[in-house]
Amino acid sequence: MIRKEEIEHIGWLARIELSEAEKELFERQLSSILDYFAVLDELDTEDVEPTYHVIGIKDVVREDGAKEALSQSEVLRNAPKKEEGYFKSPRML
Amino acid sequence: MKSKGTNTNGVKIGLECHAQLLTKSKLFCPCSTDYHNSEPNTHVCATCLGLPGALPVVNEQAIRYGIKVALALGCEVQPEIIFYRKNYYYPDLPKGFQITQYDFPIALNGLVRIENAGDGGGKEREIRIRRVHMEEDPGRLVYKGTIDTAKYSLVDYNRSGIPLVEIVTEPDLRSPKEARIFLGKLRSILEYLGVFEGDLEGAMRVDANISVGGGERAEVKNISSYKGVERALSFEITRQKNLLRRGLVVKQETRHYDEVRGITISMRTKEFEHDYRYFPEPDLVPIRISDLVGEIRREIPELPDEKKRRFIAQYSITREHANALTFDINIANFYEEVASKTDAKLCATWVADVLKGELNYRAISMREASKRISAEDFVVILNYLKRGVITERGATEIIREMLDRGGNPDEIIRKKGLASIDSAEMEKAVLAVIKENKAAVDDFKAGKKEALNFLVGQVMKKTRGRATPQEVHRMVREKIGE
Repeated sequence: MIRKEEIEHIGWLARIELSEAEKELFERQLSSILDYFAVLDELDTEDVEPTYHVIGIKDVVREDGAKEALSQSEVLRNAPKKEEGYFKSPRML
Repeated sequence: MKSKGTNTNGVKIGLECHAQLLTKSKLFCPCSTDYHNSEPNTHVCATCLGLPGALPVVNEQAIRYGIKVALALGCEVQPEIIFYRKNYYYPDLPKGFQITQYDFPIALNGLVRIENAGDGGGKEREIRIRRVHMEEDPGRLVYKGTIDTAKYSLVDYNRSGIPLVEIVTEPDLRSPKEARIFLGKLRSILEYLGVFEGDLEGAMRVDANISVGGGERAEVKNISSYKGVERALSFEITRQKNLLRRGLVVKQETRHYDEVRGITISMRTKEFEHDYRYFPEPDLVPIRISDLVGEIRREIPELPDEKKRRFIAQYSITREHANALTFDINIANFYEEVASKTDAKLCATWVADVLKGELNYRAISMREASKRISAEDFVVILNYLKRGVITERGATEIIREMLDRGGNPDEIIRKKGLASIDSAEMEKAVLAVIKENKAAVDDFKAGKKEALNFLVGQVMKKTRGRATPQEVHRMVREKIGE
């Protein structure tokens, strides 16, 4: 079970405002997901190596070299607010 | 500095130092890292802008630099590294997470030796390094006005994705001054390795954990200058001590350092470590680094401590001079180049005391200065000084002129008339001064020692400093004695 305060905290972490109805909905949905993980917890994984990646590839790197970047106007094209070549964002502390 | 009075028992400081690595391109994309004099958002691509579908690919050179740093700090390099996502919402992170490391960092358990008490005390202290890991730099926020009065922030993602090496110490530092000395040493080592340029704005940024008298620790973020470290920590120690004195408790919290006002401000954050929900970055696979270690270890140059010991042994210079000469790799190299061609001891004095003083006064680095004054020029100046062609004052004047306006030693000597005068000319000046200052001569004869200094001063004035004071001294006595 997940508590309502936890739902509110998760909403805050994602900077998403939740209505009372949404809080109840997510409380139910997240609880059922957690219940499912509780089932997985019953498995004995004592001798199993933890999985960090599901694909077996390793050591993918690239050489250090600079390529041309996007133009400033392209970079800012999707920005809802901009000023003097900068993205404009709400002040956060 | 203000560290006196805050340097008491029970202060524990641990630092998290973030240093920008000098790769050509960013950590996960090929955008250029040469952004310091650029318009905002001109060194940005789909990857470092966090656009959907873009995939990061690790820059191998950045990893090599990270390993190099770890080895130079005496760390145990780990066999395999994994990148993680650190999730939090802040406008400087376009993706909503920062790619960093968590479990499986590059290295663990290192050690840095610092010399506490720069005032000749020379007490050596060992500062343990907990870990070294790689991460991407976030973007840069610009505020109109100050951070707590601005209505909005402006974001520049040029810095987003620049490779950082994060060096985390154990809480082994005991005062703000020690923290500054440690950072200086770290900067020095990183520059020796050729992976870091400390003069670039924002090249080193520090977060500090600090507690007083075994109490809770506060984390101070956003310290971005070497001087700022000492100031921020001194403020924080005083703040915590005042709380304790009034019987209040120090809260465990994150505080923001305001560089302009020199104070720390509570960030009233509701986020805790587990809220970052670290998990392995699914877009980046593990990288085995064991095989690189041997090769990179061989690339590590002589580091500051070794160089200092060698300078003392090889050039018979003092510990203080060796310290001053080896802090900055560029000064150390300049010194060696000059010392190999002339008197090494004389050279130590002129580089460590005179040249460094002139650089500090002008706030320019040796790297900058070497464009105006070469090692060959310096050899010429010191050789002229040794042969008595110029006086110490003349030598200093040549150095200043070259730093300010350029030119070469011979030209400046001619133009400014700095050549020392010969003994005939000096004799003429001495006799003239004796003749013009009868009263002073009589005073001296009557036993007034200060009168001699006055007479010497008059001769120096007449010869515009082109005579050696000791010789003038000798000659004035001689002539009055006659």
